[in-house]
Amino acid sequence: MKQLLWWQKGMVGFVFGVLAFLYLPIVVLVVFSFNDSKVTSFPLAGFTWHWYQAVFANTQMLTALKNSLIVALCATGLTLTIGTLAALVLDRHEFPGKGLFRNAILLPLSLPGLVTGIAMLNFYKQIGIPQSLTAVVIGHATALLGVVVSQVMARLAKTDHRQLEASADLGAGPVETFFRITLPSIRPAILGAGLLSFTLSFDEIPVTYFLTGRDITLPIYIYSTLRRGITPEINAIGSMIVLVSLLLIILSVGLLRDRK
Amino acid sequence: MSSRPIVTLDGVTKSFGSFKALHETSFSIGEGEFVTLLGPSGCGKTTTLRLIGGFELPTSGKIGIAGQDVTQNPPYRRPVNTVFQDYALFPHMTVAENVAYGLTVRGSTVARSDIPGQVAEVLDMVGLSQMGGKRPGALSGGQKQRVAMARALIRKPRVLLLDEPLSALDVKLREVMQVELKRLHRELGITFLMVTHDQTEALALSNRIVVMEAGRIRQIGTPNDLYDRPFSPYVADFIGATNLIEARYLGREAEFDVIALPGGAHLRRKAAGNGGFHPGSTVLIGIRPEHLRPAGGENLLQGRVVDTLFHGDSIRLEFLPDGANQPAFAQLARGASLGAEDLMPGQPIRFAVAPEDVMLFAKVAA
Repeated sequence: MKQLLWWQKGMVGFVFGVLAFLYLPIVVLVVFSFNDSKVTSFPLAGFTWHWYQAVFANTQMLTALKNSLIVALCATGLTLTIGTLAALVLDRHEFPGKGLFRNAILLPLSLPGLVTGIAMLNFYKQIGIPQSLTAVVIGHATALLGVVVSQVMARLAKTDHRQLEASADLGAGPVETFFRITLPSIRPAILGAGLLSFTLSFDEIPVTYFLTGRDITLPIYIYSTLRRGITPEINAIGSMIVLVSLLLIILSVGLLRDRK
Repeated sequence: MSSRPIVTLDGVTKSFGSFKALHETSFSIGEGEFVTLLGPSGCGKTTTLRLIGGFELPTSGKIGIAGQDVTQNPPYRRPVNTVFQDYALFPHMTVAENVAYGLTVRGSTVARSDIPGQVAEVLDMVGLSQMGGKRPGALSGGQKQRVAMARALIRKPRVLLLDEPLSALDVKLREVMQVELKRLHRELGITFLMVTHDQTEALALSNRIVVMEAGRIRQIGTPNDLYDRPFSPYVADFIGATNLIEARYLGREAEFDVIALPGGAHLRRKAAGNGGFHPGSTVLIGIRPEHLRPAGGENLLQGRVVDTLFHGDSIRLEFLPDGANQPAFAQLARGASLGAEDLMPGQPIRFAVAPEDVMLFAKVAA
């Protein structure tokens, strides 16, 4: 490799510094989850599984985790179904107001969750949706539509429409063409948008906070227990989430690489 | 057309918004024919093909295929299959899966167990028996072309529609595939309807050619008909090259039309059929470059040499006919009776033209 100049070395160093600043906190979190001490501070006091056992004994936390998973799964499923259909319609048909619709569907993403949350709370009350996990699912699914629609549309724009004609030409009706030609071609986009939606929904606080009733989700639970300081239990569940996220990322990269 | 019609268009038109892509068009194609729709881009040839394939529905008129009115039928309810211009292969399937697609669709009457055998047979027919396991992305242009053919042919269509099938290939490969197309047409006995803008391709492959321009059919005929008896300067110039020279019609003398060339000389043309030209009217005469023989005698076209281009087996001679404002071309066999000094720019030159090789058209105001 070519010898780097002093300022180039400096820039490489800067990049590594930024990376360290990003990932060091996560490393510290994982380390403290195995630390045999009630306080989250150095020096370390020895290895323990205790905090993980505590997580699995804490029914409140487990319920919150379960709620979060249910909300994220349902919201992702709902938003993927509606978003994919919307993208297909936007891609295939011309109608007045199409441009407006395409931009408007991205708006909830860029609005602060606080605003979206209050707005939805008001509106849902008017139309009779009570504060509940169902309301949270509907709220998340709506706000996340932009992610799915934009991803799937970008993918559809890249696929050759002649393939759909070829499929019809070879005797396949519209439904069969969708499942055998369109779906395989947009699968990576759906998978990617799904993973992103799941993550965004899983750790969402403001909208959830306004729309949920008595049920709480994991981020809200953690937020509320923080008033008593960071407990090693939170480090433990945090570490588990990091692990699961990592597995999901590896899985999705593997799935996407196989196509093409 | 000798056999019974398999495709009939009856007063078909197609508009996209205010643009009329196809004016009222009627023609039919006989069973087993190889017909070409020929014309420049935007002439309506691809629209016509897409109307027959069912990818567009006509604004008015009726389309029949194999004795059935299919005007409103979607593509999957028509006994035709298409080879698309960019092949439109399915990238997520192997070659064999692509080819098998038309047999695996719902409603296919072919038994699952028969599919591999038929796929192998069709792949063998197009010379790709070793390629079944590959993805389209790993194939060359010519191979993709063959897969597209195999995929369409496995459905045993009554008519095979080909949309500029060879336009994406380089010249050498195109010639190979032309021979291949002709062989498949002969062996399968299926009707072929091909769209192309390449007149040599159309002349080489078709039984009949439909020449189109600006959404209208200009002339339908065998390659020989179109070459020897074009109805219009447009067809004359599109099928092969033609020198078009503006002239004045003088009248008929026995079996000849007499035309005054711009330089004043008279030219005789063997009168054919209708005539219908008024003495004194402005006309266009057409003479093919290969029909100009450098010689003296009767029926002469005279001018001055502008330039010569060496073409290997022949010489292309550019000359300005006396009194004309546009140059004309002659194609001369190599070693013709002309010396190097005769071909110097500015030299006078004269060509004898047989009266039956002169084409005569009414001058249409542009």
